[in-house]
Amino acid sequence: MIYKDLIIIGGGPSGLCAAKTALEAGISVLIIDRNPKVGGQLIKQTHKFFGSKDQYAKTRGYDIASKLYRDIENFANLEILTDTTVVGLYKDNVVTVVNQDRYVRYQAGSFIVATGASEKFLAFENNDLPGIYGAGATQTLMNVYGVLPGNEVVMVGSGNIGLIVSYQLMQAGVKVKAILEAAPTIGGYKVHASKITRLGVPILTSTTVKKAIGETEIKAVEIISLDQKWQEIPNSNRVLPIDALCISVGLTPMHQLLSMVGAKMKFVSELGGFVPIINSQHQTSIKSIFVCGDVVGIEEASSAMMEGYLTGLFVAHYLNHSHKDHEVLVEHYESQLSLLRNGPFGIKTKVGLTKLKEGSNHA
Amino acid sequence: MRIERHPILDFPKKQEVFFMFEGTKVSGFQGDTVASALHALGIKTLSYSIKKKRPRGFYCAIGNCASCHMIINGIPNVRTCITPLESNMVVERQINKGVVK
Repeated sequence: MIYKDLIIIGGGPSGLCAAKTALEAGISVLIIDRNPKVGGQLIKQTHKFFGSKDQYAKTRGYDIASKLYRDIENFANLEILTDTTVVGLYKDNVVTVVNQDRYVRYQAGSFIVATGASEKFLAFENNDLPGIYGAGATQTLMNVYGVLPGNEVVMVGSGNIGLIVSYQLMQAGVKVKAILEAAPTIGGYKVHASKITRLGVPILTSTTVKKAIGETEIKAVEIISLDQKWQEIPNSNRVLPIDALCISVGLTPMHQLLSMVGAKMKFVSELGGFVPIINSQHQTSIKSIFVCGDVVGIEEASSAMMEGYLTGLFVAHYLNHSHKDHEVLVEHYESQLSLLRNGPFGIKTKVGLTKLKEGSNHA
Repeated sequence: MRIERHPILDFPKKQEVFFMFEGTKVSGFQGDTVASALHALGIKTLSYSIKKKRPRGFYCAIGNCASCHMIINGIPNVRTCITPLESNMVVERQINKGVVK
């Protein structure tokens, strides 16, 4: 069995940042990622980030991914396994992975689970027809592979992902017929919403999908208006011909490996679903397993990166190999994180984290 | 359908990669996944649901949802959205849970 000081599961923004501070502290790190490249969902993000310089503001997502990789690529005690899926995480500090056709076991002194999140789904008639995609999936298809999801699209959900992906669909030459929002108000930042409405795309609030229409692939979508109690208003149905429908109704943490290994979990709706209970060091109820990024609560990539840097420091400290600037850096990244959470969308995260801490009793 | 022009991104022409889809020789480009290459060819149905045999397509693009499982070189349940395309791959639509040979 191969031994490492630290195995990071997931090479997205949070995992890469955790690797950086852990490597600087001098421990050996293995990053495992199931995708062909590390960088997580940053590699498809063509928009510029908000925030301050420390949080990579004004830089496009895919450029941040390259930078995070460059920050670590020259460390001798780093190994990265891409195209590799972790299929098991066990209490005796073992992970099992599938790489091509090989099934391999690794042992480590500690783990960081940075598996991120997956897109939530929506229940409606014919929701399994080809041509219905997660909004993030269409972003990958367009911005990573240069392939269009369709010619005419309706977006379901007006959170930031729904708004940003709608804009990027337009940049790629796709007609966005409408953005639907079941709530009475638009979910995402006003600056994104205004940009889209200026381009003539209607954002239909209090409106949702009734059903998808088509035999072998989607040909149209039937939409319906909702009243103040979220009930369908009779005879308000309309049919819009389209060849692609994007679902952007939020994200949920990919907690499965943590649930499998028996880490204590809690359902916190503000954080997106089941999340591990952690202490202030991002340590789960299993002492050798740490977490950072969206797996411990849905936020933006900026916060995931700051959490990553912090968690790398905490793990090094746990392994009695503290970073030479441990205290200074912990203070720095914690203040960055609290700055990010002071924005209008941070309130939900703060409420969620308070609820999560109420469940914490092992720290 | 490939993106021809884009205000931010460049998609330079890459080397063509030939593979077999359901017995027909087709092609994608270097850097494609199997699913992105098929999608660019307008092939949206990648598998069929196990019981009712309803068509299933590309959905999550992160290897999570099982909608794009196909048979590649005889191996079933391959997550084609995260599997890089290679020359001479034999790609087939999957209609069952997958049979281990």
